[in-house]
Amino acid sequence: MKYDIAIVGAGVVGASIAYNLIPYDVSVLLLDKNNDVAMGATRANSAIIHAGYDPKPGTLMARLNVEGNRLCEKLCADLSVPFKRCGSFVLAFSDAEKNTLQELFERGVKNGVPDLRIIDAGELREMEPGIGEEAVAALYAPSAGIVNPWELCLAQAEVFVRNGGTFVGNAEVTAITKSNDAFSIETTNGEFETANLILACGIQADSVHGLIAKPDFQIVPTRGEYFLLDKSEGSKVNHVIFQCPNELGKGVLVAPTIHGNMICGPTSEVLKEDIEDTATTSAKLAEIKTKAARSVSNISWRDNVRNFSGIRANSDNDDFIIREIPDCNGIFEAAGIKSPGLASSPAIGPYMVELLKSSGIALPEKSGSYDMTRKKIHFRDMSNEDRAKLVASDPAYGRIVCRCEGVTEGEIRDAIASPIPPCSLDAVKRRAGTGMGRCQGGFCGPRIVEVLLAQKEDTSPLSILQDAEGSNLFFTRETEVES
Amino acid sequence: MRNYDIVVIGGGPAGLAAAKSAYENGCHSVLLIERDTKLGGILNQCIHNGFGLAHFGEELTGPEYAHRAMVELQETASGVEILLDTFVMEITSDKTIYAMNKTDGYFEIFAKAIILAMGCREKARGALAIPGTRPAGVMTAGLAQHYVNIDGYMVGRKVVILGSGDIGLIMARRMVLEGADVLACIEIAPQPGGLARNITQCLEDYGIPLYLRQTVTAIHGKERLTGITVSEVDENYTPIPGTEREIECDTLLLSCGLIPENELSRKAGLAIDPKTGGPFASESLETSVPGIFACGNVLHVHDLADNVTKEAIEAGKAAALFVGGTKETTSKDAIDNPKEFPRKVVKPVEESKQEIADDGAYGVRKMTCIICPRGCQLSVVLSDPPIVSGNSCPRGEEYAIAEVTHPMRTLTTTIRVRYEDGSLGRISVKSNGEIPKEELFELAGKIHHTIIDAPVQVGDEVLPGVVATSGT
Repeated sequence: MKYDIAIVGAGVVGASIAYNLIPYDVSVLLLDKNNDVAMGATRANSAIIHAGYDPKPGTLMARLNVEGNRLCEKLCADLSVPFKRCGSFVLAFSDAEKNTLQELFERGVKNGVPDLRIIDAGELREMEPGIGEEAVAALYAPSAGIVNPWELCLAQAEVFVRNGGTFVGNAEVTAITKSNDAFSIETTNGEFETANLILACGIQADSVHGLIAKPDFQIVPTRGEYFLLDKSEGSKVNHVIFQCPNELGKGVLVAPTIHGNMICGPTSEVLKEDIEDTATTSAKLAEIKTKAARSVSNISWRDNVRNFSGIRANSDNDDFIIREIPDCNGIFEAAGIKSPGLASSPAIGPYMVELLKSSGIALPEKSGSYDMTRKKIHFRDMSNEDRAKLVASDPAYGRIVCRCEGVTEGEIRDAIASPIPPCSLDAVKRRAGTGMGRCQGGFCGPRIVEVLLAQKEDTSPLSILQDAEGSNLFFTRETEVES
Repeated sequence: MRNYDIVVIGGGPAGLAAAKSAYENGCHSVLLIERDTKLGGILNQCIHNGFGLAHFGEELTGPEYAHRAMVELQETASGVEILLDTFVMEITSDKTIYAMNKTDGYFEIFAKAIILAMGCREKARGALAIPGTRPAGVMTAGLAQHYVNIDGYMVGRKVVILGSGDIGLIMARRMVLEGADVLACIEIAPQPGGLARNITQCLEDYGIPLYLRQTVTAIHGKERLTGITVSEVDENYTPIPGTEREIECDTLLLSCGLIPENELSRKAGLAIDPKTGGPFASESLETSVPGIFACGNVLHVHDLADNVTKEAIEAGKAAALFVGGTKETTSKDAIDNPKEFPRKVVKPVEESKQEIADDGAYGVRKMTCIICPRGCQLSVVLSDPPIVSGNSCPRGEEYAIAEVTHPMRTLTTTIRVRYEDGSLGRISVKSNGEIPKEELFELAGKIHHTIIDAPVQVGDEVLPGVVATSGT
């Protein structure tokens, strides 16, 4: 079949575009090279909904950041995605840095960031008692928030599929050709035809663009490493705590996560050879410890749960690149979506839809009704009374499978039955939250394997994946004990 | 709403013994809560032998030890109520327990006393902060043990063990018997973390090298592990630049320590001892909250299940006396005068004290006795008959003589079972007594290629010379 619109890249940007196309009577295909959505920068970032004082006034980035931040609360409420407007501080460690705060403040005001103000050390410590001794003042942005980034992506992609959209994974685009009034997309998982094409390819934005035309920009893949600390540390801070950029670099943030952990990072390192190298390094991890200790003094690093790194799609362009590709009618792109890309993403989808309309793409409104909301049970966030009621009505929620995060059998069943079923242990993790905690799946791993095996008849344990294709967990026993 | 005098949380060796002891000491309103569908806790996946010498007076495998403890509980404390497949969500300092399961839903229990027996968990990769990629194939030794022994999955072909804790050593042997190559065991400390006898019977028996003062400094491979970087460390355990070497492997098992599982305790406001990771406790194992007792690995990590049982018997008795009103609370002592637990001191293996001088005629072999956890260092003059020194008991002498003439070992492994409905499962088995060391692989192979029919009970001979250590 020929689709009206194909979106390449199922990160939070591609998912936002797909989600915002639901009201229109068009057939939409969402493709990704990986076996699940949210497999790039979307799943490995600071998980911050920035307030919007960072981007230069007048840029698309400034506009979409502030707009995305504003939209995020309702979007997350509609989609049952955990989000908290916890506010952020930028710390000044010196008088010189106070000037930086002033600059950021003025930029923020121009960008339309609400309720910004600079606070002194006393007020800062009252609001955030654990703050490091050196801090002399802070820029306080009450509108900043924290979110579960991959769930924001998943939720939009799921609702898109539930409304008739198509998601195809394991489909890396290898060629794009134009024939008559359609584009033919060759992928590693079949060939697709579409009238219009939207590229949202993250760190591959320039190379996929290059399949059609010579790109006029270059992605500068920038790796950031992180510590994710135990929930015992998560309660030590209540706000996102940034540092001023200075001669030593950009500084790192310390923040609570929406799951109740503490996150510290990121570092910044341009990848030259393997642009998908998400390894962590001892040097950068050490750097995070040193820098983060200035913001919050009593971080217990031995309560580390996980180190990870994500790759930001920085580009040699100062702004986001969201446009119809010059001289390529019908092909659009959202490229160079660097930080604050996650915060901007709720506004990128609507912006792209407007762009499509203004470029003359036919987007007739659906005549029937459609539902853009999603209901999801997060058992551990419920009150005792609500838990009791839920378990009484559905006993599957009465059995804990993941002990660290308190995830129930019912929630795993919901994940399996979701519009984009999980195909790996980590895909279940992204949907249900299993294995996110301090034991990192040591306890629930075998139980999730059981669930994945039961999903389809005759599934071999050998096919069970930890995460991406090729991450098989088990081997055959053929070679054993004959000697 | 339910009321009990004593609620025991956790049905592993600590919980089983504590419940039995509380009952035997006069408290007849006891509830034992276990989150799994069966009792025994982690013992069920510890299919190796080496348990029970102290408490039961004979060498048992983990599942057998659990079975014995359950039988004892049923026989002498049959009034203890047991809730399986039930998860405790929260306990409060006034001893209200919030729990849930699929049958009873979400419910509250009021207890006069609580005995915490939740055990411990393994340090995962995060706690070690090993840099590198995050591929499949890096897991704790205990998780691998579950996959291999309970689920019957093969977790790796070319395996390296990081850390020389007992679980890691046991899994090194287990993986070899399952057909894997175990390339190395790497320990950051100057001495191994596990029992001396496990170094002998799990590493040396299979020619697995143990590298001390080294650690893994990077993990490689995108989807599946492809290799690791190993470095030497200085006296502060800091990797020494320039000493890196690469080992190609597909699996890295972590055996780097255990952490008492005290999330429930923290919520209840118990004071936690940063040294042990468990709650502070008085001499009678009462924590800082009156009426909440603790025992086993939730309190401090023990080397041996037998010691857990011993401690749990004390905790059960103390809780029963507390409930019976014959003993005042000692919770203040937990803070003011806490009980000292023997901190696990790993000392370099001692040389045999009464060594017999080698007169040159025969030669001398040194070895670690594997008969009991003590791990005596033996010297054997290879005369006829051999002369043994360094042993603390006659069994040590027997062992040493056998070792130089015809070494014997017990094989522990699993076997597939076909149930009545045709489905396949797995139970644990052991050789019926020791067999010649060189026959280990042959018997393991025979067991591997056999499927037996259910039902099977603990102690059944399932193949000639092979008995079941768990049942269907």
